[in-house]
Amino acid sequence: MSIQLTVNKKKMSLDIDPNTPLLWALRDSMSLKGTKYGCGIAQCGACTVWVNGEATRSCVLPISAVANADITTIEGLSDHGDHPVQVAWDELDVPQCGYCQAGQIMTAASLLKKKPNPSKTEIVDGMSGNICRCGTYHRIQEAVKLASEIASKKKTKSTVKKSA
Amino acid sequence: MKSTRRSFIQKTALFSGAFCLGFDWFQANGKEVSMVQTTMDSGRFNAFLAIDPSGKIILYSPNPEIGQGIKTAFPVVVAEELDVDWKDVEVRQANLDTQNFERQLTGGSGALKHSWERLRKAGATARKMFIQAAAQTWNVDASTCKTSKGFVLGPKGQKASYGSLVAIASKLPVPTEVTYKNRKDYQIIGKRTKGVDNKSVVTGKPVFGLDIEKPGMVIAQIIRPPFGATLKSFDAADALKMPGIVDVVSFKNKVAIVGKSTWEVMKARATVSCKYDSGDFDSDSTHQKWFDEGMKTDKATVQRKDGDFAAALARSAKVVEATYECPFISHSPMEPMNFFADVRADGTVILAGPTQVPQSAQKAVASLLKIDEKKVEVELSKMGGGFGRRLNNDFALDAAELSSIIKKPVKVMWTREDDMGGGIYRPAARYHFKAGLDASGNMIAFYLRGVGINAGNATRQDNFPVGAIENVLVESVNQVSAVTTGPWRAPITNFLGYAEQAFLDEVAEAGGKDPVQMRLDWLARVKSNPVGKITYEPDRFIEVIKQAAEKSNWKNKPGIHQGFSVYFSHLSYVAQVADAQMVDGKAKITHVTAVTDCGEVVNLSGAENQIKGAIIDGIGHALFAKLRFNDGVASPTNFNGYRLIKGNEIPTINAYFVDNGIEPTGLGEPALPPTGGSIANALYAATKKRLYKQPFEV
Repeated sequence: MSIQLTVNKKKMSLDIDPNTPLLWALRDSMSLKGTKYGCGIAQCGACTVWVNGEATRSCVLPISAVANADITTIEGLSDHGDHPVQVAWDELDVPQCGYCQAGQIMTAASLLKKKPNPSKTEIVDGMSGNICRCGTYHRIQEAVKLASEIASKKKTKSTVKKSA
Repeated sequence: MKSTRRSFIQKTALFSGAFCLGFDWFQANGKEVSMVQTTMDSGRFNAFLAIDPSGKIILYSPNPEIGQGIKTAFPVVVAEELDVDWKDVEVRQANLDTQNFERQLTGGSGALKHSWERLRKAGATARKMFIQAAAQTWNVDASTCKTSKGFVLGPKGQKASYGSLVAIASKLPVPTEVTYKNRKDYQIIGKRTKGVDNKSVVTGKPVFGLDIEKPGMVIAQIIRPPFGATLKSFDAADALKMPGIVDVVSFKNKVAIVGKSTWEVMKARATVSCKYDSGDFDSDSTHQKWFDEGMKTDKATVQRKDGDFAAALARSAKVVEATYECPFISHSPMEPMNFFADVRADGTVILAGPTQVPQSAQKAVASLLKIDEKKVEVELSKMGGGFGRRLNNDFALDAAELSSIIKKPVKVMWTREDDMGGGIYRPAARYHFKAGLDASGNMIAFYLRGVGINAGNATRQDNFPVGAIENVLVESVNQVSAVTTGPWRAPITNFLGYAEQAFLDEVAEAGGKDPVQMRLDWLARVKSNPVGKITYEPDRFIEVIKQAAEKSNWKNKPGIHQGFSVYFSHLSYVAQVADAQMVDGKAKITHVTAVTDCGEVVNLSGAENQIKGAIIDGIGHALFAKLRFNDGVASPTNFNGYRLIKGNEIPTINAYFVDNGIEPTGLGEPALPPTGGSIANALYAATKKRLYKQPFEV
């Protein structure tokens, strides 16, 4: 069965079993391996991608359910690795083993889209569905805060530019 | 060709426009640096240190990176002594290379301790050669030259980049004596250095084991038998008809489903049925029976005996006794086990993937296939955690055996269920303690028996307060099971540390003593008049204890219930104070203060990550982790039943380091063993309920 979808702004057509979870379609059929397998039952969040802009667990989502949808993976989050969340993650030296971080980053970036200035509680609650076995949680939470500050500075700058 | 210790072979080679200097950082005694033979002739590039004319420095990091930060920490030390700007350094992961590296493994928190001298020497030697090259060029005395950020500076304002000096420097004899920087002049060591892979991680680029793709590769999953069971038969007729399935084969009681894509293999696997023999396989009740028997037997192995424990106990004014117990637990790194193997018709083997011990993988696979080790090449991938699980190369052996059967390159992938149900667990153990106190509440007799299941010696008989107590008896019993076990972050001490530190809290309470002062008194005794062999340095213990008490405001925080613990492991010292508060009628750990003496802190950012990560790990497993066994089958097998700690369940943590400039010791593990103890003691302070079992029932 042929399924059309857009992945990281590229239109794709896949001839694939419609029950294939999006995770395995991304990894095996599209060679987008930044999205990780951790549990296969939507418990750990390592496989988090955006489906039509919403953070979604791709390991339990059949590809047929995302026909014609717009998918964003870690590889497509920014053109130059400079999304505020990515910058903050590097700046605060969040990763240890790094395996869960793509899922963490996609969750964080989605959180900030909805709440550009999240409170501490909103950050903790918003991020606590993603497991990190290395225990990088403190820095994850600090980095989400920093990312929101970076994003708001960027916004201010571009507004200033426009008005000037 | 191997460079010998006494004779050096020096080489410069043009590689993609760069001159490369090979330094044998890892020679056995670490005392001499020599140019090493690079193996570029065979197309592999194994120089440890390369500098191109633009001044870019490439350092190869030999040890497997599992999140402990070694890939960043090693080059930091070289770059410091080489005196270059960190931004000019590029770090690459080296593959297994037994000719040029030694101890190319990750385990025991021993890498920096082992390599500190070698790393410094490598950097300092190169720096000296660049100075000599510049001095020769400028016709000045080398002693009048200095270095700064990758440049040699001459007495009259001359300036030459290391890059511009490589051609001359590499022809100079290698100096045998070098001087190291003074600590106060450090530019990189001790500062915050970000992980060298951060930028790649945040863009999803690193190739972890599961991401490996090789030409012609197939994917396999393996159904493993219950522990102790034998495979009688299997039915894969339906699976073999399914799309994308290449083969279903059996070896060593396992059934491997081989196909073209992960999902096709998963679907086919679900249709395969396996029949096993029946027998008396492990259940929880079996393990309890073994613990009971192990506690009663008169055949325990005596691990340490000081004085006469029984006599001292008999004359004690008070006796404290307690039993602690921990279950088998899984390592559960976020990336499940996997490995790639290509056993080729020409007799060579390519292995690739995540392992903490690549050389063991090479040896084990060579032995399995009855071939020369030299025919087995091991490529290291990035690893999604390890925690000790990747010290066992069962996954590499499975991949190699399967590849040899199906005669194809294959990546064997474990599902989370395979990973959690598939063995190599932290051994289950039960500990029984007895303490005899004199009329003043001083401990005069100390007894520990550890009964472990596939744990070997479940005790660490020289652990403090042994050395301070007159009469000591430490015994171990090992029960043998079909359930496989292996080292788990801070092997044995990950639970023993908790049990000991929680028991000492009981001893302090029974003796009417402050847990901090009690330990300080013991350490004073060790300093003046130790009992038997001492494996720790009392002054370093004292320092972390005092600092932790001070920084945590010990027992001087109204409304906060505190618990203390201190532990020496992997040559480092960590003291902790946990703060508990009653929240809605429940005790909750809200803060942990940790003071660590790991000698010189190489990378402050990475060091904090290790301390905080280990404490979170310790809390999570103390609170939640448990595997149950029924008829040889472990459960639960995924994160819905086997809880890992989450971001909304962590306390705040302050991590401090003792600034003493002693050469660095372990950091990946030492903060974990004291964690269960500090939090159990804090929870006791809050609730007056002792916690004897992991996971806690709070």
